[in-house]
Amino acid sequence: MNLEDTFIIDGTPIPFEPSQTVLQAALKAGVFIPHLCFYPGLRPNGSCKLCTVIINGRHTSACTALARSGIEVENNTPELNDKRRLMLQMLFVEGNHFCPGCEKSGNCQLQALAYELEMMTPHFSHFFPSRKIDASHPEAFLDMNRCIACGLCVQASCEVDKKNIFALSGRGMASHIVINTPSGKLGDSSFALSDKAANVCPVGAILPKRHGFALPIGQRLYDTLPISSQTEFLTTRKA
Amino acid sequence: MLSPQEPPKRKLRVATASLSGCFGCHMSLLDLDENLLDLIELVEFDRSPITDIKHCGTCDIGLIEGGVCNSENVHVLREFRNNCRTLIALGACAVNGGLPTLRNGLDVREVLREVYFEMPGVVSNTIPNDVELPLLLDKVRPINEVVRVDYFIPGCPPSRDAIFKFLTDLIAGRTPRLDYPHMRFD
Amino acid sequence: MSLVNSSAGGVLEPILERYSRNPRHLMQILRETQERLDFIPKWAVDYLAEALALARTQVQAVIDFYAFFYDSPRGKYRILFSDNVTDRMQGNTALLSRMLSRLGLTQGQVSGDGLVSIDTTSCTGMCDQGPALLVNNYPVTRLSSQRIDQICELVKSQTPLVEWPSEFFHVEDNIHRKDVLLSTEMVNGQALKHAIELGPQGMLAEMKASNFRGRGGAGFTTGVKWEACRNAPGQTRYVICNADEGEPGTFKDRVLLASFAERVFEGMTIAGYVIGASKGLVYLRAEYRYMLEKLQAKLEARRKTKLLGKDILGQKGFDFDIEIHMGAGAYVCGEETALIESLEGKPGRPRIRPPFPVTHGYLGQPTVVNNVETLAKATLIAQNGGAWYKGLGTKLSTGTKLLSISGDCNSPGIYEYPFGVRITQILEDCGARNAMAVQVGGAAGTCLARHEFGRKIAFEDVSTSGALMVFGDNRDMFEVARNFMHFFKHESCGFCTPCRVGTTLMCNLMDKIANGKGTGYEMNELSRLHQLLKTASHCGLGQSAGRPIYDTLQKFRPSYDRRLKQKDFEPAFDLDASLAPAREIMDRDDMDAHLGTDL
Repeated sequence: MNLEDTFIIDGTPIPFEPSQTVLQAALKAGVFIPHLCFYPGLRPNGSCKLCTVIINGRHTSACTALARSGIEVENNTPELNDKRRLMLQMLFVEGNHFCPGCEKSGNCQLQALAYELEMMTPHFSHFFPSRKIDASHPEAFLDMNRCIACGLCVQASCEVDKKNIFALSGRGMASHIVINTPSGKLGDSSFALSDKAANVCPVGAILPKRHGFALPIGQRLYDTLPISSQTEFLTTRKA
Repeated sequence: MLSPQEPPKRKLRVATASLSGCFGCHMSLLDLDENLLDLIELVEFDRSPITDIKHCGTCDIGLIEGGVCNSENVHVLREFRNNCRTLIALGACAVNGGLPTLRNGLDVREVLREVYFEMPGVVSNTIPNDVELPLLLDKVRPINEVVRVDYFIPGCPPSRDAIFKFLTDLIAGRTPRLDYPHMRFD
Repeated sequence: MSLVNSSAGGVLEPILERYSRNPRHLMQILRETQERLDFIPKWAVDYLAEALALARTQVQAVIDFYAFFYDSPRGKYRILFSDNVTDRMQGNTALLSRMLSRLGLTQGQVSGDGLVSIDTTSCTGMCDQGPALLVNNYPVTRLSSQRIDQICELVKSQTPLVEWPSEFFHVEDNIHRKDVLLSTEMVNGQALKHAIELGPQGMLAEMKASNFRGRGGAGFTTGVKWEACRNAPGQTRYVICNADEGEPGTFKDRVLLASFAERVFEGMTIAGYVIGASKGLVYLRAEYRYMLEKLQAKLEARRKTKLLGKDILGQKGFDFDIEIHMGAGAYVCGEETALIESLEGKPGRPRIRPPFPVTHGYLGQPTVVNNVETLAKATLIAQNGGAWYKGLGTKLSTGTKLLSISGDCNSPGIYEYPFGVRITQILEDCGARNAMAVQVGGAAGTCLARHEFGRKIAFEDVSTSGALMVFGDNRDMFEVARNFMHFFKHESCGFCTPCRVGTTLMCNLMDKIANGKGTGYEMNELSRLHQLLKTASHCGLGQSAGRPIYDTLQKFRPSYDRRLKQKDFEPAFDLDASLAPAREIMDRDDMDAHLGTDL
């Protein structure tokens, strides 16, 4: 292995290609770094902060940090995992996440990370926000209770689908997704299930209608294999 | 000296209750089947739907199913916290409020009005207000928002294996931990 | 398809024309629209989106992001009380209540006749003459009960703002100590002439020789920044003056822009000359809207005297002009990449760095973003040389620093000191006799206790963007920290998880302690959250949001402890109050219809 083209994660040399980020190179090499707002083929967003690592002593997001030869990355440490668990708990209490009644359960990246990081409880007092469900589209629905404001649908719709259907509006805790139609309804947009934006949501905020609970428990994506063992899927998945 | 395999001489006292739950977690407990016989070697039950004892005495372990939805839930939960050395949230509703929290976006007054006046087929014109009836809280809460909780077993319900693993770990003095297949939120 | 009637066009078309239908100017177009219509109705959103070829969600997102844009009616008079801790100390809470009761309103409510709404806002930069409020974004200072009553009468009689007594809107400079910047005279164009004589490289060399560091807070060496921008590949270069002075307790830029604007503009022009930019942008915070016309007049005069425009001072090819861009109520825009996003007509969410603005800034081009004070002081270096400047202050912090001093002192206002001045000296000069604590650098800064007053203002010791709030020994430092925490929650942009959720969680914990429900558990939670926000947040806002709590916990622990319950757990919410709606509808008030505390 050419040391010029490697960097170190928790003591393990990781090969990388020019312009790859630390997260991309790590996943490619089979080293898992928790993440929610990164999707292969889309620009890193850097907002969920689950992929926070320590590079040469500095906390930074692995999804936006370019891989450079010789850098030392701390990733799977109790300190970082504790912080990631705190952020997961923040996301769980910020929205309304009721796994037993969610069609995405078993295939949900937020849930999978909570399993991975052994989040036994959401810990903080729940916000129980009042959020909307948009069922106006014939083939898909939008459940804002589950939205974590990762911005993936916004980017996919704008840059891949060229439809610019979603936007992130508001500020602070009031940040929310809005739909680019005069009515603000998804049903009045050109959104289609074949859109990239329909398939990148890490949680169950954008889901197809009439396909809920299709796979029995035991056969779903994260039922038997932890997300940390599915790095190949995470790098190759295409929506 | 006791070997780790040997059960302690005194059985641990365990109390269980379902607050705002569906008894699914208790069903999962019963689902231990023959493991119940192993468990009963280690524990005896105090207050529980299994024993029909109405109030909880001093216990080693308290298992709470369900979230906190009304004033009676608060009283039961406080009784458990005050009497149980270790209090465990058993299942999704106790851990995060669960599906009953779907009503948290609604005003309790509207909910009661709808149920007792406006539902199809309802003939009453009054909301029951007997003093025996517990009052609803404005929001359903997970139990750790009302009292301090020591352990959480997620799942809807937690599987029998998850419950067995957790309890046997705890009774044997190990840090209770669920392995991946038993770590479930649904 | 046009969704719009002719009267809509009648209002919006002149505004659109003034900004050449350039979507980059969306913020300015929305501001002027609101100044005409009192809010931005849906039809205007649709019209503007169509006219500017933007998605309507893009227009909506900008309105939703900035605190001073309204998509629903907020009254003809929109009154916002400045709610910095200094306003609190000056009694704004009682004055707010007085106005609310006089007008029969609750906070945030719009009066039934649609005339007036009253709410609070983040620090408006009038801490030296507070308590203050904004009415339709114009500041009213030195509030008193009498002034509140007069305002209520003016509102009730629907007197137009222009007819309100002009002394209401009077803003004093309150300069109490002058050093090189505030006392040196400058004939307009003089510094610029010197710079041109030196040439871009020569002027840059002087900047570097001065070892001058930026005055916005981060303290990056200005000459190095200019050079990096000058050398960065790009088609066009920009100079941005960051006048989004939002840090609570800071008002030095207000004074510089009010009375030393020529220096600021001349500094921008010099920066443009050095880096090869032909355009400068001033990002002026919305709270300083009242200065806009005056500043524009000054720019116009500079154009007339060939200090701006084409071939400045007869130098062939040296073209530079300055445009003023108003903010709309977002502290986070003080962060340079958020500021650039805002200048481009977008919500002010900080960008991912690197790349930095010096290579990829405004419109993706190399950009220098400097603080107002930094640019004003560049003129001094042009006038007197880098070596001279280097002789002022300390070795690592050359020159002087403007401090905005407020709080418990006799003479709040602006003080210019050479770097290296001790806190004790400052406290003596401003007449602060019983100081128990000083908050240096605003809410995001450092809280110093009495035993630290021997420390110096300098990058190598106590670094500051310029705020210094004094707290007398009768003050409650817990409430100071709680005020700052609410500020950060209000100003969090919502982009990253730790800051978006964490600032709210920390506010909830502080409120819980304030309500007498806090225990040792909450103290531990505050520390854990601070550690997370400090390390995992996307920008400086989140990274420093927990700092006031952390500092006061270390230094003023008794102000927390005396509020704590001696129990190991207490719910955050009021259990008995949670039964109130059910009690009401079930018409119960018996003992079992209540939940007392658990014993």
